[in-house]
Amino acid sequence: MVCLFVCVILSYFYVIIHVVYKVGNVLLPGDVFSFQMPESITDSKPEKVVCGPGLRRNGDEVLVCKSGILRHKQPNLYWIDSQQRRYVPGKGESVIGIITAKSGDIFKVDVGGSEQASLSYLAFEGATKRNRPNVQVGDLVYSQFIIANKDMEPELVCIDSCGRANGMGVFGAGGLLFKVSLGLVRRLLAPQSEIAKDLEKMFPFEIVVGMNGRVWVKSKTIQQTLIVANLLESCENMTAQQRQTLFRRVADGSI
Amino acid sequence: MRDTPLSNCERDFLLKAIQEKKRLDGRQTYDYRSIKISFGTDYGCCFVDLGKTRIMAQVSCELITPKENRPNEGLIFFNIELSPMASPAFEMGRQSELLVKLNRQLERCLRNSKCIDTESLCVVSGEKVWQIRVDVHLLNHDGNLMDAASIAAIAALCHFRRPDVGIQGEEVTVYSTEERDPIPLSIYHMPICVSFSFFQQGTYLLVDPCEREERVMDGLLMIAMNKHREICSIQSSGGIMLLKDQVLRCSKIASVKVSEITELINKALENDKKARKTGGKFGFAESLPQERITALKTDVSHVEMSDVKEKANEIVQRAEVPPQTVPSPVLTAPGTGQVGEGLENSWGLKEEEEEEEEDETVELKMELEEGHEEKGRGNYLPKFCFPWVSETDSPGPRSVCAVFYGHSLQDSTE
Repeated sequence: MVCLFVCVILSYFYVIIHVVYKVGNVLLPGDVFSFQMPESITDSKPEKVVCGPGLRRNGDEVLVCKSGILRHKQPNLYWIDSQQRRYVPGKGESVIGIITAKSGDIFKVDVGGSEQASLSYLAFEGATKRNRPNVQVGDLVYSQFIIANKDMEPELVCIDSCGRANGMGVFGAGGLLFKVSLGLVRRLLAPQSEIAKDLEKMFPFEIVVGMNGRVWVKSKTIQQTLIVANLLESCENMTAQQRQTLFRRVADGSI
Repeated sequence: MRDTPLSNCERDFLLKAIQEKKRLDGRQTYDYRSIKISFGTDYGCCFVDLGKTRIMAQVSCELITPKENRPNEGLIFFNIELSPMASPAFEMGRQSELLVKLNRQLERCLRNSKCIDTESLCVVSGEKVWQIRVDVHLLNHDGNLMDAASIAAIAALCHFRRPDVGIQGEEVTVYSTEERDPIPLSIYHMPICVSFSFFQQGTYLLVDPCEREERVMDGLLMIAMNKHREICSIQSSGGIMLLKDQVLRCSKIASVKVSEITELINKALENDKKARKTGGKFGFAESLPQERITALKTDVSHVEMSDVKEKANEIVQRAEVPPQTVPSPVLTAPGTGQVGEGLENSWGLKEEEEEEEEDETVELKMELEEGHEEKGRGNYLPKFCFPWVSETDSPGPRSVCAVFYGHSLQDSTE
């Protein structure tokens, strides 16, 4: 179902007819966003509407900048649900990065974006000028963005605001890193994730999910690691039903 | 954009997995990924999917003068392009080493093996020959580009039809596809490349490496062969040292694979020919499943009409009163008339303008007044002025044509 009309200007009628966007419609980049106010909030004072990913303010109007389906969450959050594989750094997101260079006081980290991010030596838990973290080129780190906008070089840290690692830092040896689409990553990280629950029933494994589409999996044997990696990659285009049948088949036939 | 670096953890894992004889996607050592060949609407357009690697080849032809030392042979030109959509590492316009290597290998495999009869491409010896151009575009890079490119190129060449040419004495006529059926190229054999990647100092090999396996491999051996077990080209890169029996083993594996792939190409060509004959969907239309979004199909879209009337009324009120319409023509001067409003026109009033142009171009101008547009109704009157021949008849020819502001035309003489 495609809804393509943005605004129709009929000649001889200088009247602009707005198309009302209902939640669940497909929108394309460049559409001017206008929406039906739900009844519940018309009474309250005017309205702060929170624009999530895919919507951007341009002066007075809100423009759609990614193609996808419009989603709404109560009370006032709107965003565009889109499927993509290339990652754009965003502040506060936790990602898996690969160290590419050590220079001066910082590490250069590749996060899959257009630019490499920088990660300071001191941004690890318990790191001081004398006590440097044990990080080599080619290692994986799980870290968070503190600066990520289009005007500056992105910066990462491996500690939270209290100075604790909180699960972030350098990875240990072993495991397999692979790439999936950003939509699947968000589905995995959702609080009540179906996929994660189904996967847990298979066999024990460790998993780290980065918002840049990178997933790291480690299990007892190489075979099991490969199985988990392949299952996750195939989850992309499957309905819940298909996924559950597949998982069940693997669980029955697995070692 | 730079290519993603390979992390230590990936490299260790891959090497360990290969030691245990396990591949990332569960294939066996000698297994190819699934190959899918499809053709486009034009003759000579071919898409090949080798797992996730996707390549498109397009063949085209044109008439040119041949080389001086080979006056009765046609020419074949190959060109591979690495599109930036295939991988973040590829940039438009940048000649990378990989690109040069691929181009060279494809040329060697297809041109030096003389799989196409170039003498049949000659039209007039020494003057006109066909030049066949094969453009190969990489659409997605997931390893083993050489194999996919060679399959796409040879399948496209087999699929291609060139225009028919008729020679009568000195005259050469090139018939279009409507006039005469185009004829296929004459291809002797189909050389296909098979790539082997080596690990652990050449002791372990894998057929059809995917992109990750390519990154950790020690070296690559590429054998181009046809189904008659003739080797067209062998190339080894990466600097590994291979033993004689390793190379022989690889060639045996290659011959098996090549016969399978040639089977596949022939079947795909058959299917395409059948589909075209029966008028079924072929080419791009066939690859579009029905449930996808089609550009011209829309559902009922909700258009907000609730306040259109108020807005329209508002605009109408704000607009100025439209000028009165003149129901009957007004004669401002002898020989001219006017129906509708507009500026005073000087048509026919000045004698000098009579001599003007027969060559002056006449433009039709229809102007709508502002007030009319906002009325919301189609009530507008173009400012046409019709030349009226005066009642006192003149012997000159009557010219009745619409006039156009300010330009004077041939008017009837006074």
